[in-house]
Amino acid sequence: MLKIENLHAGIEGKKILKGINLEIKAGEVHVIMGPNGSGKSTLASVLAGRENYEVTEGSVEYMGKELLDMSPEDRAREGVFLAFQYPVEIPGLSTTNFMKTAVNEIRKYHGQEPLDAVAFLRMMKEKMALVNIDQSLLSRPLNEGFSGGEKKRNEIFQMAMLQPKLAIMDETDSGLDIDAIRIVSDSVNKLHNKDNAVLLVTHYQRLLDYIIPDFVHVMYNGRIVKSGPKELALELEEKGYDFIKNEIDVAEEA
Amino acid sequence: MNTLTYFQEQFNQLQRTDAADGLIAIRKTASDAFNKLGIPTTRNEEWKYTRIGGLFNKEYQFDINPAITSKELDDFRLPAHAQANEIVFVNGLFSSTLSTIRSSDLIVLNLEDAAKNEYRDIVTKNLGHSVHYANDGINALNTAFAHGGVFVQVKKGKSLANPIYIYHVSNARSGNSFSQPRGLIHVDENAGVQIVETFVTLGEQESFTNQILEIVVQKDARVEYYKIQNDKSTASQVSTTHIRQVEKSFTHSVVISLDGNIIRNNLNVVFDADHCESHLYGLYCLQNNTHVDNHTVVDNAKPSCFSNELYKGVVGDNATGIFNGKIFVRKDAQKTNAYQSNKNILISETASVNAKPQLEIFADDVKCSHGCTVGSLDEEAQFYLVSRGLSKQSARALLLQAFAMDILENIKPEPIRKYVEQLISERLEIDVL
Repeated sequence: MLKIENLHAGIEGKKILKGINLEIKAGEVHVIMGPNGSGKSTLASVLAGRENYEVTEGSVEYMGKELLDMSPEDRAREGVFLAFQYPVEIPGLSTTNFMKTAVNEIRKYHGQEPLDAVAFLRMMKEKMALVNIDQSLLSRPLNEGFSGGEKKRNEIFQMAMLQPKLAIMDETDSGLDIDAIRIVSDSVNKLHNKDNAVLLVTHYQRLLDYIIPDFVHVMYNGRIVKSGPKELALELEEKGYDFIKNEIDVAEEA
Repeated sequence: MNTLTYFQEQFNQLQRTDAADGLIAIRKTASDAFNKLGIPTTRNEEWKYTRIGGLFNKEYQFDINPAITSKELDDFRLPAHAQANEIVFVNGLFSSTLSTIRSSDLIVLNLEDAAKNEYRDIVTKNLGHSVHYANDGINALNTAFAHGGVFVQVKKGKSLANPIYIYHVSNARSGNSFSQPRGLIHVDENAGVQIVETFVTLGEQESFTNQILEIVVQKDARVEYYKIQNDKSTASQVSTTHIRQVEKSFTHSVVISLDGNIIRNNLNVVFDADHCESHLYGLYCLQNNTHVDNHTVVDNAKPSCFSNELYKGVVGDNATGIFNGKIFVRKDAQKTNAYQSNKNILISETASVNAKPQLEIFADDVKCSHGCTVGSLDEEAQFYLVSRGLSKQSARALLLQAFAMDILENIKPEPIRKYVEQLISERLEIDVL
């Protein structure tokens, strides 16, 4: 589904990603972990098409196409979804209205008729039940005055509505208490199936108590320096990122 | 002929028409004031950003045959007009034949007639109060020609079930039209009314409307006032709305400016009694070369009043938006609560906004605040929407609509709110899905 090769990217002339290689197949859950400043969120942003990042080298093949050549809206329409670390508050726009526009623009892109009000409401109800979110939250202005947990649940609700093929979740667990992490994880697990893939970006291991990854990658200084099965996350939790840092720094000095 | 000379001739003729006219004296005083003050120039601080001198270099005819038919009105009647009380001005003159008053709780008269009969005291006492807040030639010019105006009384204790719609029609089919509508609305004790005012120019020539509407609000009365400006790019106006709350009362206003040439709005809210409350909202959503100047005054002359003001602008193309908001808190007006905010989004490189909040506070126990922002659309918010599959155009439109929302939701009559929302959607090119 996704094949990242030798990806280099940066912002305002500062190099952040320095040769990322990563392959994700349908049905898989990947986790990228790493210390602050290692480039995890940059990778998520570059994949979603955030425009202030500049890709200097490498390629990203997504569903047989070059992802980097696509506009951010087309990436979304082709099934790439980024759950934001900091979802934006938009007073005056309800989640319902926002999702109606998004769903129908994506349908239009695929040559489908827009959903009418009844069909849209039915879809809303179904997804609300799936991710356990309340109607009142969705009628309120988008993310305005939402708690951290509410914002992240709203992200997952949007993900349920748009049914992406590749969901990139940027620090979805940050700022959440254990209950909120459990609720969010349950929803992600429900939405995951053999035809889609999830890329989790996180600093902490605790999310992985609820979402079981197929692969864990450790990012440091703009590169993936270690990959392994889910047990790697436990090792990181135990030893901290320092052991990776030391390993790498020693290797680079040698 | 020079426009000002023409005005003088027309004035002399008007004053000779009817010796029993109750407004002769007030017009004379105003005419003298106009001759002294002249047309405001940009040297006048209150007119710094709005140049209207050019509008007086055109030739105007006062005696253009202004007749229009009721059927012609149908093209621009506001929604739900079948229930509303409709007051129609054509080229500045109140037309009783085109107007329809459906409520028996309303008295609607020609202003000169009201000045002679039982409403004489109300008219004498209140007509022209706005001059204290706009001591300039343009206000005087309207008063110098105060005739064919309208007087409205909302009866004591009566809350109107349906709004008053006021249409200002400029017939500019056979020449440039110059209109000076004048109105005085007296809302009696414990009465309630919704007023919606709008402007329409017919024909291809230019129109210039210099309007004054004065509203007097008595004890426990509630007034909602809405102004919708969506006229042609050949239509200019100076539109003064003077709301005077003479006893403890409540007012609420929303001014929507969308299209026109040069538009100057003066909105004054005067608290002449304690415990008055007023909410002032405005939205200017501009394109092309439209120039909109909103001057507002909230005058806290008495203690313990509350005002909240929010004006927002979305300014594109070569358009100009101006916000000048004054709050006066007089020496005796302790316990005043007065808030003001002005927020602007510029959506083109060549658009401009001038914002000027002015607080003049002479009391010491008050709560006042003001704030003002001018910026462009939030890029992070745009990316958020685009990352969900919205086109950049849709994302921009949704964000601008969201920005306008807290103004639009204050338009309380639902048919009018929907109508304005539709106009805004069209302006922002939103596909209504």
